[in-house]
Amino acid sequence: MSDAAAGGRWSRRLVLALLLAPALLWLLTLIILPHADLAVLSFRERVAPREYAPSLAQYRTFFGEPLYWHVFVRTAFMSAIATLVTLLLAFPIAWIIAKLARGRMSALLFVVCLIPFWVSETVRTLGWMILLRESGVLPAILVHLGLTAQPVELLYHDATILVGLVYTSLLFMVVPLVGSLESLDNSLIEAAYDLGAKGWSILRTIVIPHAAPGITAGCIVVFMLTLGNYLTPTLLGGKNSLWFTEQIYTQFITRFNWEQGAAFGFLLLALSTAMVWLGLKLSGQRFSDVMRRV
Amino acid sequence: MSAAGTPAPDAAPDLEVRAVTRRFAAHVAVNAVSFSVPRGSFFSILGPSGCGKTTLLRMIAGFIQPDAGTIAIGGRDMARVPPNRRPVNMVFQHLALFPMMSVGENVAFGLARRGVGRAERQKRAAAMLERVGLAGAAAKRTDELSGGQRQRVAIARSMVLEPTLLLLDEPLGALDLKLREHMKVELKQLQSAFGTTFVYITHDQSEALVLSDRVGVMSQGHFEQLGTPQELYYAPATAFVAGFVGANNRLSGTVRTVEGGLIDIDAGEGWKVRVRAHAPLTVGAAAQAFIRPEAITLARTPAELPPGQSAHSGEVTDMLFDGANSAVLLREAQSRRELRIALPQTGAFADLRPGARICFGFDPERGIGFAAT
Repeated sequence: MSDAAAGGRWSRRLVLALLLAPALLWLLTLIILPHADLAVLSFRERVAPREYAPSLAQYRTFFGEPLYWHVFVRTAFMSAIATLVTLLLAFPIAWIIAKLARGRMSALLFVVCLIPFWVSETVRTLGWMILLRESGVLPAILVHLGLTAQPVELLYHDATILVGLVYTSLLFMVVPLVGSLESLDNSLIEAAYDLGAKGWSILRTIVIPHAAPGITAGCIVVFMLTLGNYLTPTLLGGKNSLWFTEQIYTQFITRFNWEQGAAFGFLLLALSTAMVWLGLKLSGQRFSDVMRRV
Repeated sequence: MSAAGTPAPDAAPDLEVRAVTRRFAAHVAVNAVSFSVPRGSFFSILGPSGCGKTTLLRMIAGFIQPDAGTIAIGGRDMARVPPNRRPVNMVFQHLALFPMMSVGENVAFGLARRGVGRAERQKRAAAMLERVGLAGAAAKRTDELSGGQRQRVAIARSMVLEPTLLLLDEPLGALDLKLREHMKVELKQLQSAFGTTFVYITHDQSEALVLSDRVGVMSQGHFEQLGTPQELYYAPATAFVAGFVGANNRLSGTVRTVEGGLIDIDAGEGWKVRVRAHAPLTVGAAAQAFIRPEAITLARTPAELPPGQSAHSGEVTDMLFDGANSAVLLREAQSRRELRIALPQTGAFADLRPGARICFGFDPERGIGFAAT
């Protein structure tokens, strides 16, 4: 091996290292370091003012206090429902964009899905509140149409939270679905039709297996976003929202109990990891294939 | 045999297309096409791309509805019958094997849609794979197969449903030349082994000639000629067929003399070409003469030409060596028109070089003249 070749290899590695440096630095300082600190926090207990001892007390509290793990399970369950509803709504939209619309129409539909994101999430959610609150637009319309005698409070229901979460997540489901449906060769659908399949069986045997990586990718992204969402459940669900991120916020900000908050944070991380793993197992997908679709 | 409806009377052809027309906006893709395909025969629709042959095939498969006319398969009118209920299956241009399924699942797909039980459909799929020479390939993935094997899976997938009619949409188009030659023969053998009626579309005249019992030559939405490969080759009905089917020398000019069935065409600078007129032509009419490369005889001197052939001469411009299809390109001395002449297999003229002068002649009965359109 000549010196020149070895030198070339080193300079290539240096360039690669420099190119990756911002991303690695970002990972290290903003993700790994804080999480390491949180991990340390979550495994200790305050025994006296300014005095801490290693302990599992924070995790014991979580399992000992029904409210905490009820909220935890509820958050997971609601997020799963929100993900499923988002998938069911996004699939036809993605199908229209990928298969039925042509050229400009398809781009226009994409923009329509994107438009809500031009507004900040806070403003968007406040918009929902203006529409749904008791003195808001929708209850007034319902009274006007004679469907209800009194204006009804449409905020602070679980369904309201779901509507808000689905609305926020739709784009993140549509994008990977469009990608995977666009790559589906139309002649496969025609061949299935020609061989005697009908709408539902084509969807089940051809379309869904082909789009599985995109479906899984969309579900993972939406589930993670929903599980970690704070604003939408808090604003639309009010005090009854009982969302796990709210519990974390309360521990950190209201109670100054950083140890408990850190433990909750790790429990949430464990939950989303477990759900992603479960999702991949159930759909028979590989993580690397799925991530290429996002 | 036919899965749906009453069995057709034996007299009915497997496919009967009557005056079928299909428009796309202002463009008439298929214009009043009629033909019928008898049971067990191999029918090809041959035409250049954009001639409407794919539209015609997709109407037979049911993916497109005709604007006018009727299509009957096995004696049954197919109006408003969707593709999944027609006794017809199709082999797609790029085969459209399902990549998410194994070879066996691909072949069993149609049986599963018909509600055939798992054990039974696996048995029938395996038997069909054996018939096409792919015994034991059921568990393989489709991308583990070679181009030729994939082709056979596509045919097996359709044939396992015992269709009245198998449609093939240029299935050899994606294969390389060597494999294409091989699959041509194999397709022919499969068709005679199954005895199923095949309707094949292609733009490759050699595929159509080799494979078919009958061929419809299509151009701009209508059939130019319908006949056996021999009829198309030796007795083309139109100038288009003469030019499209097989290699041919086309010489345009004006009719100078008419003598019974023979005409002399001035093909430029007064060079007269004598051919048989396809239809009566008058002196002064614009015409096109077609002479096959193998119909022309080469000779060193005019005296060597067979009697009855008029002698012409030209200068060799190129030698095209292609084994049995070798030819010489030359320019006729008087008109400077380029002609392609097949080289005899005896090797008698293998020593010709560009620039050499050579005589040639042909039997007027083997050339054909059409009115220029």
